[in-house]
Amino acid sequence: MRRITRIATVGVASAALALSVTACGGKTSSDAASDGDKAAIAYDIGGRGDQSFNDAAYAGLAKAEKDLDINGSEAEPSDGESDADKVQRLTELARAGNNPVIGVGFAYAPAIKKVAPKFPKTTFGIIDDASVTGKNIANIVFNEEQGSYLAGVAAAKVTKTKTVGFIGGVETPLIKKFEAGYAQGVKDTDPSVKVLPQYLTQPPNFDGFSKPDLGKAAAQGQLDKNADVIYSAAGLAGSGAIEAASKAKKWNIGVDSDQYNQAGLANYKESILTSVTKDIEDAVFNLIKSVKDGKPQSGEIRYGLDKNGVALSMSNPAFADMKDVIAAVDKAKQDIIDGKITVKTAP
Amino acid sequence: MKKFDKDRLILGLAGPVLALVVALALTTVVLLASGRNPFEPYRIMFDSASYVDVQVLIINQAGTYYLAALAVAVGFRMNLFNIGVDGQYRLAAMMAALVGASVTLPGPLHIALIVIVAMLVGAFWAGIAGFLKTTRGVSEVVSTIMLNSIATALVAWLILPKNFGEQPAGSNNLTTGEIAESGWFPGLPMGDGGEIYGFTFVAAGCGLLYWFGLNRTRFGFDLRATGASESAAQASGVDAKKMILTSMLISGAVAGLAGLPTLLGDTHTYSLDFPTGIGFTGITIALLGRNNPLGIAFSALLIAFLDKSSASLDQFGYEKEIATIMQGLIVISVVVSYELVRRYGVRRQQQKVGEELAAGHAIKTEKEAAL
Repeated sequence: MRRITRIATVGVASAALALSVTACGGKTSSDAASDGDKAAIAYDIGGRGDQSFNDAAYAGLAKAEKDLDINGSEAEPSDGESDADKVQRLTELARAGNNPVIGVGFAYAPAIKKVAPKFPKTTFGIIDDASVTGKNIANIVFNEEQGSYLAGVAAAKVTKTKTVGFIGGVETPLIKKFEAGYAQGVKDTDPSVKVLPQYLTQPPNFDGFSKPDLGKAAAQGQLDKNADVIYSAAGLAGSGAIEAASKAKKWNIGVDSDQYNQAGLANYKESILTSVTKDIEDAVFNLIKSVKDGKPQSGEIRYGLDKNGVALSMSNPAFADMKDVIAAVDKAKQDIIDGKITVKTAP
Repeated sequence: MKKFDKDRLILGLAGPVLALVVALALTTVVLLASGRNPFEPYRIMFDSASYVDVQVLIINQAGTYYLAALAVAVGFRMNLFNIGVDGQYRLAAMMAALVGASVTLPGPLHIALIVIVAMLVGAFWAGIAGFLKTTRGVSEVVSTIMLNSIATALVAWLILPKNFGEQPAGSNNLTTGEIAESGWFPGLPMGDGGEIYGFTFVAAGCGLLYWFGLNRTRFGFDLRATGASESAAQASGVDAKKMILTSMLISGAVAGLAGLPTLLGDTHTYSLDFPTGIGFTGITIALLGRNNPLGIAFSALLIAFLDKSSASLDQFGYEKEIATIMQGLIVISVVVSYELVRRYGVRRQQQKVGEELAAGHAIKTEKEAAL
């Protein structure tokens, strides 16, 4: 008897766990349109609605649907899936006649390596990876460290307490690029400023990209240590950090999209000094367009400061008014483009 | 005696079948409530499962789940709840991948080394919880779930390039380096459908061993006896503490195998995107399969089927989370229906005894008991 009840309790608990990870998307079945050019994206962990990485890729697809008359399809991953599942997803998308098929996130690299040779006429795009190469593979990569360097310059100029924070979502090499650029930008501008780096979770626990409470707690800790500018590269978790810093009347630096203009963060927008933007939307759009135009992109396509693939947003008027800060940022930007400054990619 | 067995078989099947029917019905209600066609998703799922490549995926996934569920089931039979299978297999796969990538040995030896390392690491990690339980009385539920988090942190630290990991050029991933080809487990090619991991057959073998070990050996008897009643087992001369530690070690060693079908058959390296959460799915499967090796095999296939065949729902405008909802509902209905069936069984037994008493067998039984 005792055994049954115990297993019962545990069963109910694990069922609750299983249910709680179930998030509902809310997609429509509008993809079933006529035969035309078709393009597909396969999302990274989190899928559509993450207010960040995946949504930016979707925006690119949506733009292509509108401007280029493309039929777009999307496919979402499951939590903790294996490479075999990704191979299956890409194969299905390619077999359905989608061209290009774009894998959002570096995790698709092994799968694209296996699938691309089987569909030589289809272009495969991968975002954030340049390790798998092939004639029909387009590697879309960004110089996140360059944008972050500019954020570091701005932070070092703005801080009064000589302490600035960095919050990374999950400690992966990609997020470390953000930290490296930021820390270097701060040090090059004002060596006396201290950078407090902190990561929310360790892989394979990707909560650090999705749980705002983690970002909030981390920001609170950095505020207690006197930080007055906090740069969060943490996806949705970053909104928690923005909330905390905003309530303490300190500065935030946002990431990926221009967070000053994001509806979900409207209450805190005054505190968002600037954002390091990563133009995934246009990168996805450009790739789809190149395929439609019959000149598919292939090989490494790098988006840096020079192409505005990464940039520092100027939408907060308070930031745009800080003439000396803007001047320093512009100078640093020019120096990076001219090659006078090389930004490190690892801290 | 024979009749009783048939009863037991029917009662045993009634639980899972009832659970599945209820889960299916509830999922249909969910679909209806969200204004969807309540039958179309099932048709798409069965359609998708008719392709060879999806079938291969299902079988491969089932093999992985089977090992994880066996690991959980060993604990369950001992009344131990090893919730830490997840951490155990991840740490084990990672260490095994590290060792496997750092040596080159002739084929079978290389694979054997990787397998042994994985089992030892898994056993060690579960053994910590076993040790804490036997010496300090720490509940294994608490310690294993905490060890999951520690395993996550440990793996994340070990895989840093400054420690044992490496970052391939141009990649944003971290890996443990590729295992040389001698350490790849040959699979069963299925033409265009890909290949069935060779380790899937090892998983099936583990199921046989599990059945034999539990039902045909002294150790298995001791284990089941201790699980049923610790004090009674102790009275009959079983060292309960030793049994707890041993079964935790075995559970961990089997858990260590759970990452190997993927590692040896597909990725040949442990990277940041190595599959996670298999240990938790294993709990569901062990529950659904009633800790019976055959039952677990069917439940592993069922859950793998739900996982893989639902992937294509996305493209037809349905959320593939329908399958996740279904899995959650299955777990709840399993627990409820098993309890219902058990109560029904007990009542039936009492009725039977009552009937026999009424028929005048009572005196005879009493006499027999007195003898």
